[in-house]
Amino acid sequence: MSLFKAKKKYIRIKPSDYMGDDTVSHLDVPEDMFKKCPHCKNIIYAKDMGDEKVCPCCGYNFRLSSKERLDNICDEGTFVPFNEEIEPKKTFDFPDYEKKLEKAKENTGINEAVVTGFSKIGGIDTAIAVMDAGFIMGSMGIVVGEKITLLFEEATKRKLPVIIFAASGGARMQEGIFSLMQMAKISFAVRKHSEAGLLYVSVLTDPTTGGVTASFAMDGDIILAEPGTLVGFAGRRVIEQTMKSKLPKDFQSAEFVLEHGFIDKIVKRDELKDTLWKILKLHGTL
Amino acid sequence: MEDIKTSWDIVELSRQQDRMTGHELIDLIFEDFIEFHGDRSIGDDKAIVGGIASLKGKPVTVIGVQKGKNLSDNIETNFGQPSPEGYRKALRLMKQAEKFNRPIICFVNTPGAYSGATAEERGQGSAIATNLLEMSGLSVPVISILTGEGGSGGALALSVANEVWIMENATYSILSPEGFATILWKDGSKAKEASELMKMTAKDLLENKIVDKIILEYNGEKKLTNEEIANNLQEELEKALDRYSLMSKEDIKLNREIRFRKY
Repeated sequence: MSLFKAKKKYIRIKPSDYMGDDTVSHLDVPEDMFKKCPHCKNIIYAKDMGDEKVCPCCGYNFRLSSKERLDNICDEGTFVPFNEEIEPKKTFDFPDYEKKLEKAKENTGINEAVVTGFSKIGGIDTAIAVMDAGFIMGSMGIVVGEKITLLFEEATKRKLPVIIFAASGGARMQEGIFSLMQMAKISFAVRKHSEAGLLYVSVLTDPTTGGVTASFAMDGDIILAEPGTLVGFAGRRVIEQTMKSKLPKDFQSAEFVLEHGFIDKIVKRDELKDTLWKILKLHGTL
Repeated sequence: MEDIKTSWDIVELSRQQDRMTGHELIDLIFEDFIEFHGDRSIGDDKAIVGGIASLKGKPVTVIGVQKGKNLSDNIETNFGQPSPEGYRKALRLMKQAEKFNRPIICFVNTPGAYSGATAEERGQGSAIATNLLEMSGLSVPVISILTGEGGSGGALALSVANEVWIMENATYSILSPEGFATILWKDGSKAKEASELMKMTAKDLLENKIVDKIILEYNGEKKLTNEEIANNLQEELEKALDRYSLMSKEDIKLNREIRFRKY
């Protein structure tokens, strides 16, 4: 029986012997070379996602920063920022809020959760706002509200259409009731723009929820959404608590709100610029 | 006013079941109230009551959130949490008021817009957004009075008004203190601390110019009766509407816009 008892002899390899020089290691793969898709969980070679950052396996739209979005949508070199630096009308002494803002600015390279400006899309002039979910979850406080209001007001003056890419967890909690007031403030500017016969296209991107859904995001003459975008008013957990039951996975998706009649169209990211251009063109704003 | 109350005391007072409901306020302040039902689309939300009435002989449209005073009422009115069809009913009545040039008076007491699955399916976000947009353009005066809890977008959807008043022990906030504490500290039990930070009491709100007037519930130590409060409200409303009756439609719109542009 010694045959079974005999310990197999393995050759031991010390990593250091094998690697020789330890400056060459497998950790040398650049950090952002591969990405894991949060939707289909596959590991993707980042270059395969393209500039649009779409998962080649399942079509999931990775969240874009405001800069990436502008690069995707605007004609090259045409974007001119508007009110890049804007001082809040009020400061909030909420614990750690200052620090949080500073950190968000540092991480994103932008001043607040929305970038606004003017640019061309396929040669057509438009006002554009892009919210950035990387900045305190794209939440809307005084500065975000003011920037969007000013953009609508300026677009009304210049007789330009407005395109807004919504991406927000909702109102900025740290700014309390003043965040809520932004929803009303923006509504006045949207209305005046609309009364001037001008076009407003709202594009819902992941995530569009809370006070942003319950105000300007749902006010567009035309409302588009990217596939799979989370679109809702109340948070999933809140609804589940209310209902005392679990919700289906696609609840509050762009597909769900389309089916219920609240948005006009779901547009794939790589067709978005073309679709926006066609809409602008059909509204005669060349 | 008593200064010794903490914000949390006021939160609790604002939620008391014996506060006047929309119906009660309407009955005490106005005459000839006729209730109108339905959003002309999918149903009639019992969390919103509304219709026409007269204020000292002048026709007005009145809309109120209806909270129940007991469990069975509350089941019917969904604890004062309006559904999308409730907001659409309110908007329908407001547009009707505009057509017939009647001032609009709203009584708001809601923990928030209903957050169930049906509310999402019927477009709660869209319903609130539409109310904000449409209220911003109404050519008749709108006065909204926060009478209990003023919970978030659900309260704002009836409060894009020329004047926003609040009862002494009512609140108005971005979210319930419980929800606020859950989001920021992942701990709903810190609601009491949250309420202090949130500046949600009548006094704080007046200081921050979120509301324009406080309607007293106490005279010194003495609690006013419902009738006394209603009488005061009636007088204040009459005075306010007299002021607006001298203004053109454009000026009424502009007045409301300026009020909200300052935020």
